[in-house]
Amino acid sequence: MSTPLLRAVNIHKRFDTVEVLKGIDLTVEQGQVVSLIGASGSGKTTLLRCVNLLEEYQVGEIYLEQEQIGYRSQGGRRKRLREGLVSSQRARIGMVFQSYNLFPHMNAERNVMLGLTEVQGKPVAEARDIAQHWLDRVGLADRKDHYPYQLSGGQQQRVAIARAVAMEPKLMLFDEVTSALDPELVAEVLGVMQALAESGMTMLVVSHEMLFVREISSQVVYMDGGRIAAQGPPRELFGQPPERLQQFLGHFRGVLER
Amino acid sequence: MLDYNFNFSVIWRNADEFLTGLGLGLGMALISLLIGSVIGLLCAYGRTSRFAPLRALIWLYVEFVRNTPLLLLIFFVYFGLPEFGIFVFDKVESFILTLALYAGAYMTEIFRAGLNSIPKQYVEAAMAIGLTPIKRQTKVVLPVMFRITLPSLSNTLISLFKDTSLAAAIAVPELTFIARQVNTNTFRVIEAWLTASVLYLAAAYTIAIALRRLERRYAAIR
Amino acid sequence: MGEPGTFLYEAWIARYALLKGMAVTAEMSFIVIVIGTFIGLIGGLCLQYAVAPLRWLVRAYVDIMRGIPVLVLILFTFYGLSLFNISIPAFGAGVVALAAFCGAHMSEVVRGAISSIPYAQTEAAKALGLGFWKRFRFVILPQATRRMLPPAINTAVEIVKSTTLLSVIGVVELLLATQQTIARNYLVIQFYLAACVLYLIINFTISQLGALVERRFAYIKY
Repeated sequence: MSTPLLRAVNIHKRFDTVEVLKGIDLTVEQGQVVSLIGASGSGKTTLLRCVNLLEEYQVGEIYLEQEQIGYRSQGGRRKRLREGLVSSQRARIGMVFQSYNLFPHMNAERNVMLGLTEVQGKPVAEARDIAQHWLDRVGLADRKDHYPYQLSGGQQQRVAIARAVAMEPKLMLFDEVTSALDPELVAEVLGVMQALAESGMTMLVVSHEMLFVREISSQVVYMDGGRIAAQGPPRELFGQPPERLQQFLGHFRGVLER
Repeated sequence: MLDYNFNFSVIWRNADEFLTGLGLGLGMALISLLIGSVIGLLCAYGRTSRFAPLRALIWLYVEFVRNTPLLLLIFFVYFGLPEFGIFVFDKVESFILTLALYAGAYMTEIFRAGLNSIPKQYVEAAMAIGLTPIKRQTKVVLPVMFRITLPSLSNTLISLFKDTSLAAAIAVPELTFIARQVNTNTFRVIEAWLTASVLYLAAAYTIAIALRRLERRYAAIR
Repeated sequence: MGEPGTFLYEAWIARYALLKGMAVTAEMSFIVIVIGTFIGLIGGLCLQYAVAPLRWLVRAYVDIMRGIPVLVLILFTFYGLSLFNISIPAFGAGVVALAAFCGAHMSEVVRGAISSIPYAQTEAAKALGLGFWKRFRFVILPQATRRMLPPAINTAVEIVKSTTLLSVIGVVELLLATQQTIARNYLVIQFYLAACVLYLIINFTISQLGALVERRFAYIKY
């Protein structure tokens, strides 16, 4: 087996006195789509945010392509890396949020271009070409001049995906990206994600869309109470789920039997 | 290094005057706030009138006052009213009149925003239980508006209190006037102004804290 | 131009003095607002992002400046500086005092605007790999600018009005120029009203300029 793209080792995370991650070990191989499922409050989103260094955690290490990110060990003590290094590490990871978080003062094209010009230092003309390419890939080439408020939720989320993948990240994080969408807009976003997965993008996905999770995941990780309670390929995990997972999946019975 | 020998004995000797000056400022601010509230409330309702000239007049009053320097208004009233043959006001009354008119313009805007922000359902609910138009206002609209506008009223009171310093310009013996007098009489410059500053700050903060408590008690209904 | 003693005649006589006063008011306001905005940007950044001791220091500056009447600040600066043999003309003392005052208010305006931008915007910018200054420059500041414009314009108008207080220390700005004119011709009402109109013109210009800038940012919608 090759070295994994992402490796999280024994992650512990506390908010004040509440421990929300209680020792997470997770491995994502190159080209895999790993989905995190579980009830709300189980720690999926927090784990995702730790990977992108948006949350600090008290114990554990995360490695991206063998390089520890966010912290370094010095004389047996861990130290947070300085802001500049953290930023350059984040630039190698793309993230899409539940609430899109497009920049409201920029049109779709400039939303996609910002990271290319200001983080990667690409010339404007090249950045524009790349933005054009990715907006085309998410089916919004004709909306490049639109501001976020002129776009539907689904369209905004597709721009957000284009903004993240245009940076050619090693890894894409998706944090419940369809949860804020009207039901009829979910499919267009999932479609983009599926195409991305098929193109070989490594993805770590938090989602409640069980059907989608079952379709596209190479690994499904079931989290419960800040721990990984079960994991495996979707066929296995959804085929003979352990008891707690069975209970959890019971909420989605109607969907999964369709 | 500049050396300056502090000597606060002048301040202690004039303590009475400083404190009286402070009290005068607070009193003038409070009275102006009360009169200003009445003006503001009347004008806020006036702005909802169907009689266009009234609305225009109130608009003119508000914009005129808000864009004119207070000190100019103070001189205008103090030196101008006698020109009209009105000699009834002494310095303090003249200043209070000015500050009240000044406050009234700001409070018109505050109350107008307050009236506009009252959820329609409240008024509809009041109608539904058959309250008369007057009772709808006094029992429902006004109490709700009072709670909504309380933070703005607190800020206005503190502003007015600071504005009372301008009364010094027409020789009303409030805090700033006293400080300036001590300054020129004794040349204890730093002591005089430091004392005035600290007293203003302390009073402003006391008001702010007291009113924040009041606000918490009447926390706006969400 | 009418008879001596009529308003038009006297206004014609005093035209240079009044226009000079208006120019001083405009110049002073402009300098103070520019410096104050600069202080406000730095102060607001400190209030929002700086490490604890620096943040407290700026908070203390802002709260002290906002808790003391401007007139006291002006007199304190004027008499205080002359005490240390710093020979600074009244105009300079006025700039120092008003800029410190304006800077404190602008700091609060900037802080309020920055803190009103949802944190999700910062996170999205972080996720792209943008560092602190680029996040501020490209993501936070453009959005915050739109939100700080209305309160900043209010502050600017307040500053124009506050320049009248410099008449107390002998800066011949519009108010003092008006009073000097009145001292010659006793046309109290007419010339105070004329001064009001001139202030209205300055403040109206600022509001319109502000509205113009605001329209440039109107494309930012949520």
